[in-house]
Amino acid sequence: MINQNSKTLLEVRGLHANVNNIEILKGVDLTIKAGEIHAIMGTNGSGKSTFAKVLAGHNAYTVTAGSVMFEGKDLFELAPEERARAGVFLAFQYPIEIPGVANNQFLRLAYNTVQTQRGKEELDPLEFDDFVRDKMKLLEMNPEFLDRSVNEGFSGGEKKRNEILQMALLEPRLSILDETDSGLDIDALRIVANGVNHLTNQDNATILVTHYQRLLNYIVPDYVHVMDAGKIIKTGGKQLALELEERGYDWINAEGATL
Amino acid sequence: MSTVLQNLVNQPYKHGFVTEIESEVAPKGLNEDTIRMISAKKNEPEWLLKFRLDAYKKWLTMTAPEWQNVKYPTIDLQAISYYAAPKPKKKLASMDEVDPELLRTFEKLGVPMHERAALAGVAVDVVFDSVSVATTYKGKLAEVGIIFCSISEAVQDHPELVKQYLGKVVPVGDNYYAALNSAVFTDGSFCFIPKGVKCPMDLSTYFRINTEGSGQFERTLIIAEDDSSVSYLEGCTAPQFDTNQLHAAVVELIAMDNADIKYSTVQNWYAGDENGVGGIYNFVTKRGLAKGVNSRISWTQVETGAAITWKYPSCILRGDNSVGEFYSVAVTNNYQQADTGTKMIHIGKNTRSTIVSKGISAGHSNSSYRGLVRITPTADGARNYSQCDSMLIGDQCGAHTFPYIQVKNNSAQVEHEASTSKIGEEQLFYFAQRGIDAEEAVSMIINGFCKDVFQQLPMEFAVEATKLLSFKLEGSVG
Repeated sequence: MINQNSKTLLEVRGLHANVNNIEILKGVDLTIKAGEIHAIMGTNGSGKSTFAKVLAGHNAYTVTAGSVMFEGKDLFELAPEERARAGVFLAFQYPIEIPGVANNQFLRLAYNTVQTQRGKEELDPLEFDDFVRDKMKLLEMNPEFLDRSVNEGFSGGEKKRNEILQMALLEPRLSILDETDSGLDIDALRIVANGVNHLTNQDNATILVTHYQRLLNYIVPDYVHVMDAGKIIKTGGKQLALELEERGYDWINAEGATL
Repeated sequence: MSTVLQNLVNQPYKHGFVTEIESEVAPKGLNEDTIRMISAKKNEPEWLLKFRLDAYKKWLTMTAPEWQNVKYPTIDLQAISYYAAPKPKKKLASMDEVDPELLRTFEKLGVPMHERAALAGVAVDVVFDSVSVATTYKGKLAEVGIIFCSISEAVQDHPELVKQYLGKVVPVGDNYYAALNSAVFTDGSFCFIPKGVKCPMDLSTYFRINTEGSGQFERTLIIAEDDSSVSYLEGCTAPQFDTNQLHAAVVELIAMDNADIKYSTVQNWYAGDENGVGGIYNFVTKRGLAKGVNSRISWTQVETGAAITWKYPSCILRGDNSVGEFYSVAVTNNYQQADTGTKMIHIGKNTRSTIVSKGISAGHSNSSYRGLVRITPTADGARNYSQCDSMLIGDQCGAHTFPYIQVKNNSAQVEHEASTSKIGEEQLFYFAQRGIDAEEAVSMIINGFCKDVFQQLPMEFAVEATKLLSFKLEGSVG
């Protein structure tokens, strides 16, 4: 929800980034305030997912110019794990499988690490079990997923739900959902969207990276940005997404070219 | 790489110190006189000298094996001192008279030499260079008829037992390094569990090589009579030297009817530096004879140290329904090499064996699993299950599996499974994105990988092994 008096959470200025010496981001500017939901749309290869990974600190990407301030701190001064502890959360497009590591152990370690950072009490395995089962209800997840290895053998939908479960546990300040809707059937999409809506509030913010308008029927954005060739070329309200659905991306590109 | 990680990488091998103690070191080199000298020093009976000299003669006709998947320069066996012992002040009457410098050494290593209440769970025999310096809880164990002492003492006090069993599982001419050990062994542990006795505490030997340029050739003999059981633990460390040191031990286990021997090792010899200079050559022959019906021999090993580890703790399943087990975690980092595995020889009917091997390679290291499952014609209904998993950390290391299966009986069932996995950058990024740093991530992945083996270790050892492993692999990622 847009509130002009909210604090700025994220301020991206002139961000350029490379992967394998190829420039992917070519000057991204974006300001996000607490309480807002931003959708970033665009075609394949426009740089949306790169933007998400650069914010999270993936080491395959090199920032060559520009700045990102997160709650007044230089984000690039922080290692990926420090960003996570500071409240930056990335829901992965392709969640990683970790054979041999039980999901409940992994979730508890992540939870306790972030709790410690916030000066709060850690939970022992029994306390955590109650806590995580409660959160799983929100995502209609079967508790058996706690005993399985992290993401191993999970279906596409189960992996995405496990991502949002982690978002629910870690209570991030800024959540970046990278194509969380891809590969979800309509029921799973509804469950995941419900979960996200339940977790958004006046103090946090969400970036939805997506191809499709479909997700935005469930999670209603305050802003829609169109990314193309490594830049945000158009920004509008939620109706922009509907317009894109109807007309495709080409008309913006054409419009952009005339600017 | 984070600064935490950097600090840990630069942290030296923490057992690398040398104890300043007055030692008696034999001149370097090996010949009949050396052997006679060792035998005389230990006041040995004639038959044992003969045993040594027989072994030496066999050894002279043998050549060092070359089939293993490890590389090292030829070892100059004439440049090693075959006897090094801290000079005893006098004959020890109790633990309180052990040289305080030695007590401090083992305290520093975390080995309990005092029979303190807090450590009451384990009896320890401590071997420093060539000699056993102390054995705890001897008295308490003797009350139930268990003999637990250094093998030198056993030779003096129970010569009939030693004579009856020594070299029966690993004959003097078994292999090059076993023959060498049989000729020059200086000390080790002896353990005898009489009929019907369940050993009330874990027995343990702690091996420490201290003197530069010396080798350690220890001999361990464990006998479990009918209906008895024992759990035995072995730990090893050595100081940090630029030269390689040879550790060529022989361990023999014998289990009679319904007897159960569980042998666990956590090996943390000095592994050499990050460029592969120095470190222990750990060439060991370990073999158990499951002689009686329903007997069981179980080997669990966590091999983290040594420049080269080369050993195959094996089981000869002679008794009907006997069981052999081998659970192994072998970790190599930097330039370490390991060629390790087991042999399961099925002779008795309905014998069963289980092999679970986990190899973890990081840095420039190389790790091989080599295992033999042999089902002889008499082994009706024999079963084996083998599982060999390898994990690679980084892209400069190697993992290899050499399974040998020989089946001469149609009723046998033999299963073999193998897998290779890799700790990838993407996995570490996933952990990092949840606030978990690389060290913790690796430790969690590795512990998950090794779970099946760690579960077999006694509690204290499992904790130690977990810590050792994460310490060992810190710095291999990031």
